[in-house]
Amino acid sequence: MIEVRGVHKAYSGKTVLGPVDATIPSGGITALVGPNGAGKSTMLTIIGRLLEADAGTVHVGGLDVRKADSRTLARTMSILRQENHFVTRLTVRQLVGFGRFPHSGGRLTKHDHEMVNQALEFLDLNDLADRFLDQLSGGQRQRAYVAMVLAQDTDYLLLDEPLNNLDMQHAVAMMKQLRRAADELGKTIVIVVHDINYAAAYADRIIALREGQVVHMGTPAEIMTSAVLSEVFSTNIKVLDSEPYPLAVYYR
Amino acid sequence: MTLVSKTPAPARGAQAPFVSAPATASSAPELQATAPARAFDPDQRRKGLWRMAVLGALAVVFAVLLLVYDNPMEVGSDGFWRILQMRATTVGTIVVVAFCQAVATVIFHTATGNRILTPSIMGFDALYRVIQTALVFVFGAGALAATDGLPKVLVQSAIMIGFATLLYGWLFSGRFANLHIMLLIGVVLGAGFGSLATFMQRLLTPSEFDVLTARLFGNMSNSNEAYLPWAALLCVVVGTLVWRKRHQFDVIALGRDTAVNLGLNHRAEVIKTLVIVAVLISVSTSMVGPMTFFGFIVATISYQISKSQKHAYVLPTAALLGVVTLLGSYFILRHVFYAAGLVTVIIELAGGLFFLIYLLRKGSL
Repeated sequence: MIEVRGVHKAYSGKTVLGPVDATIPSGGITALVGPNGAGKSTMLTIIGRLLEADAGTVHVGGLDVRKADSRTLARTMSILRQENHFVTRLTVRQLVGFGRFPHSGGRLTKHDHEMVNQALEFLDLNDLADRFLDQLSGGQRQRAYVAMVLAQDTDYLLLDEPLNNLDMQHAVAMMKQLRRAADELGKTIVIVVHDINYAAAYADRIIALREGQVVHMGTPAEIMTSAVLSEVFSTNIKVLDSEPYPLAVYYR
Repeated sequence: MTLVSKTPAPARGAQAPFVSAPATASSAPELQATAPARAFDPDQRRKGLWRMAVLGALAVVFAVLLLVYDNPMEVGSDGFWRILQMRATTVGTIVVVAFCQAVATVIFHTATGNRILTPSIMGFDALYRVIQTALVFVFGAGALAATDGLPKVLVQSAIMIGFATLLYGWLFSGRFANLHIMLLIGVVLGAGFGSLATFMQRLLTPSEFDVLTARLFGNMSNSNEAYLPWAALLCVVVGTLVWRKRHQFDVIALGRDTAVNLGLNHRAEVIKTLVIVAVLISVSTSMVGPMTFFGFIVATISYQISKSQKHAYVLPTAALLGVVTLLGSYFILRHVFYAAGLVTVIIELAGGLFFLIYLLRKGSL
């Protein structure tokens, strides 16, 4: 369970988030949605301890992210930012191997190699395992990063816009793989998504943010109404009651 | 390469109510491992070790050549051993300096997440110069000679470490916790230290200035014999420390966010690394004076020739390459061109050109 209590963040006096309270139960996919500047990524990076909140506490799996031992946290929760740029030239397998660092301290055991292979397998990266990251397309690279945090074998996975720069095919494949990670591996996954329809199709819960505040929390069925979405995104949004999941239409 | 998931999208359970999602974290079914566990690219490891062995052999060849080539005295005579001893000091100095510069530059690159800047840009050289100058300025030229030996090495290192920790620790915490701002401030402080040192030098008496200058512009051939063992010892200690942290350096190289995600206290590790850099640069600078580009050439070439980018390969390769380059160029300049004093000058010239070419080819920082 992820518990966010009174978290507040401001940049030079201007509040970008909070104070926010939220509880994200274990299991399943939780999507953070909202317009630009709503504080989605800020909230995710504060939960993932990459950013320090000005006030409030965050507990992930019972661990206080500001006080708990960093290595213990790294075995509990992993976080992936949108943009990853490394000076080192790495192969996919080496990158994924880094996911085992919190467990092995850098010297990979047989078990670590198995976990790396499983992560590569899970994201269909076996054929690309020995390619360098700079030889991959954006979508392949994105999968390699996700494989790294999967190899980290944490109960909680935080992903900041994993669909960024992915085309339809790759975005759908990525969401399916995350869905599988939640269903088959029992991970608790929190993602920031821009496209509300991806959240509706794949998430178990949606947290809608607006101007640094949590304005709505609930199942896709509860959030996917014209009234709620129009309020959150300040846009006229129609929700089509299609099968198997509702569809938000807002293009014209 | 198509990207089709092997299983169809699993049907989601009935829309679970917000709070009662199943907590399946611990009872997750294990994935089947289909690919066999594989050791980390054994071919590359062999290649990497092979290249290191070649570099090591070259280093030994150059060291032996430097020791015995063109010794005018009869083999076995007193003079022969005397010359050998002096040359051994030179070889030892070169090994220590090359090690310091190479290791310091590589871990500096790692800690700062760039491969262009060198420690001297952060004002580490200037810091050394200002400390030496201040020593003469406050206590007089006698202080320099009177304090030689172990205590001085210790005090000097302690001051450098203290300064670097305070300065870069402060810069790298709180609201300045931004590497680029820190680098920028480092550059400015470096220039400031340089000016301060120059200003104090202006106020010295000519004789004091003379003594100081001899210290600040070191030379391989006349480095301090008494200083060498302690510098070497310091190198061994620091080298051991760095080697034990080699896996952590691999993670630090991935940048702050990834390093924190992988459970590393990034800020503390970067500060520790910068302190280690300060120690290594102070050792090197105090022996042969500032060398701006030597570390850069050695580190850059090491990234190219060591097959793996892991520090377990890059660090030894860089250190060995540094030793080979410095021993080799010293040997050639001394015995072919009879211009031993020019070694640092030539290396800086070649390094500067290399730096420019690299920068232009790469097209960006």
